[in-house]
Formats: sequence, C-alpha cells, structure tokens
Amino acid sequence: MSTLQPTTVPALPAVGDVVAERTVQLNRDALVRYAGASGDFNPIHYRDDVAASVGLPGVLAHGMLTMGIAAQPVIDWIGDPARVLDYQVRFTRPVAVDPEHGAALQIIAKAGKVDDEARTARIDLTVTFAEQTVLGKAQLVVSFA
Amino acid sequence: MNPELAGQVFPPVAPYLVGREKIREFSRAVFATNPINLDPEAARAAGHADVVAPPTFAVVVQERTLEQLLAAPDAGIDFSRVVHGDQRFVHHRPIVAGDELTAQLTVTSVKSLGGHSMVTCDSVMTDAAGEPVVTATSTLVVRGDEK
Repeated sequence: MSTLQPTTVPALPAVGDVVAERTVQLNRDALVRYAGASGDFNPIHYRDDVAASVGLPGVLAHGMLTMGIAAQPVIDWIGDPARVLDYQVRFTRPVAVDPEHGAALQIIAKAGKVDDEARTARIDLTVTFAEQTVLGKAQLVVSFA
Repeated sequence: MNPELAGQVFPPVAPYLVGREKIREFSRAVFATNPINLDPEAARAAGHADVVAPPTFAVVVQERTLEQLLAAPDAGIDFSRVVHGDQRFVHHRPIVAGDELTAQLTVTSVKSLGGHSMVTCDSVMTDAAGEPVVTATSTLVVRGDEK
C-alpha cells in the first residue's frame, strides 16, 4: 500500500519556484470545528451579533485557522509534517466568513531561500482573500535532510 | 499595559498529554490530509512513534500559558482589546501522540507604538525527559483607548 511506504522527499527547489498552490473554501462550520479542536471559543468567530458589536465586518476566521490551513499545501508537497522546522506569520487582515457563501482562501507557496548545505528551504506563502493578502511574512523552513 | 512585565517568567503550566485523537481532531480542523497526521500506521512507516501534529498544534498548549499572562492582576491587559499580531513555532522535533508537554511562558518584550501596546512572549515546551520540543512565540497587540 502506497500510504504505508516511507514518504519520498522532493528535490530541493530553486529560489522563486512555486512549490504548491491551493484554494480552500472556508465555511462557518469550519470555524466551529476549529473552535472545538483548538479551544478558542472567542464568540467573534461564530456570533454575528458579537462581531458586529465590536465593529468587525462579520464573523472572522481564527487567525490560527488561516495559519494552520496555509501550511497544508506545503506539507503535502514535502510529504511529512515533521519536515516543518519553523513556521511564522503576521496577521495583517481579517478573513470575514459569510454565513451563506463562506470565504475562499488562495494559497501560493514559493521557494524564498534555499540552503544546499543544510538541505533546508524557506518557503514563502502568499495567502489571499477577496484579492487582498491576509498574512504578512508567512514563512516556513522545511528540511529535506 | 505594565512595562515591567518584560522579562517576567511565569510558573510552568500542568503537563499536557498529547492524545492521538486530539491530533486527528486538530488535523481535520486545519484541513490536513497528510496520512502522517491521521494514520498511526502511516506515521510509523515514516519513522514516527505515532501520528504527528500539524505545525500549529502547539497553540493548544501555548494558550494555557497565555491565559496566565492575561489573568495576571499586575499585567493590566484588557482582553477585549487584544489582537493577535504575530505567531511563530520553532520546532526542535515534531510533536507526536503520547508526548507529555510542559510549557513555560516568558515575556520577552513590551513596547508602545502609537497608542497601542505590544507584548511578545515565548512559551517553551519540553517533553517528559525535559528535552526541548517547540517554542511558540506570540505578539499580542493591545489596542489603546479609542478617542
């Protein structure tokens, strides 16, 4: 069975290579699921009235949910979540999740820096919602060793 | 916010036992589809003791340390004004099911910027043998009074 084989590691990319790309459709049920799994029950992530009362454009996705989702295309490319050594983001814009239509997150992962000796690469993420980036300095360091 | 928080070290929180089903639940919640997150057999075939947590899983444990900071009576942090600014996870090794993690919070900096305050803290997580596993770093922005 292929899933029981040790994962194969891709070749080191060249700087600028797009290594993964994905669009993820987020709905309100995904926010409720993440609240339960993470223990973050801030009501701005599931109650329209509370979100409105603090001046938000709507119920927002947890920043940590966006961060968690954004790493997944890179993990699928590198083959093993254990190969992620370092992962950082800056939360720059909120992702408002419409009760009916949800929100589509577009993720593009590009090689930003490659260290041939250490066999690591820095992967830079561009994460976009409604044509605006929502994460700044979103970078993963992954190991090929 | 109290500027004297910088450098403060909080007592470690009670050990957190990482369950296999918790990793699977968290993995599904962040749309992880990699079998190493979900299937113990696939994880073992890849050389891991059990399922491997997604790289942001440590937030579950980190949250317990941040609660100490927000609850500290001398911190002067109004939770309703807190916005998550930055987040980072530096892994010494991956978190796998069965790990017992002890986390300890250190406030590394407190800054003021244009009426807002920013507090940065490290939650250092070690395993049952006392070996480092992951350091989770957060910057929280506390919005100033709206005038």
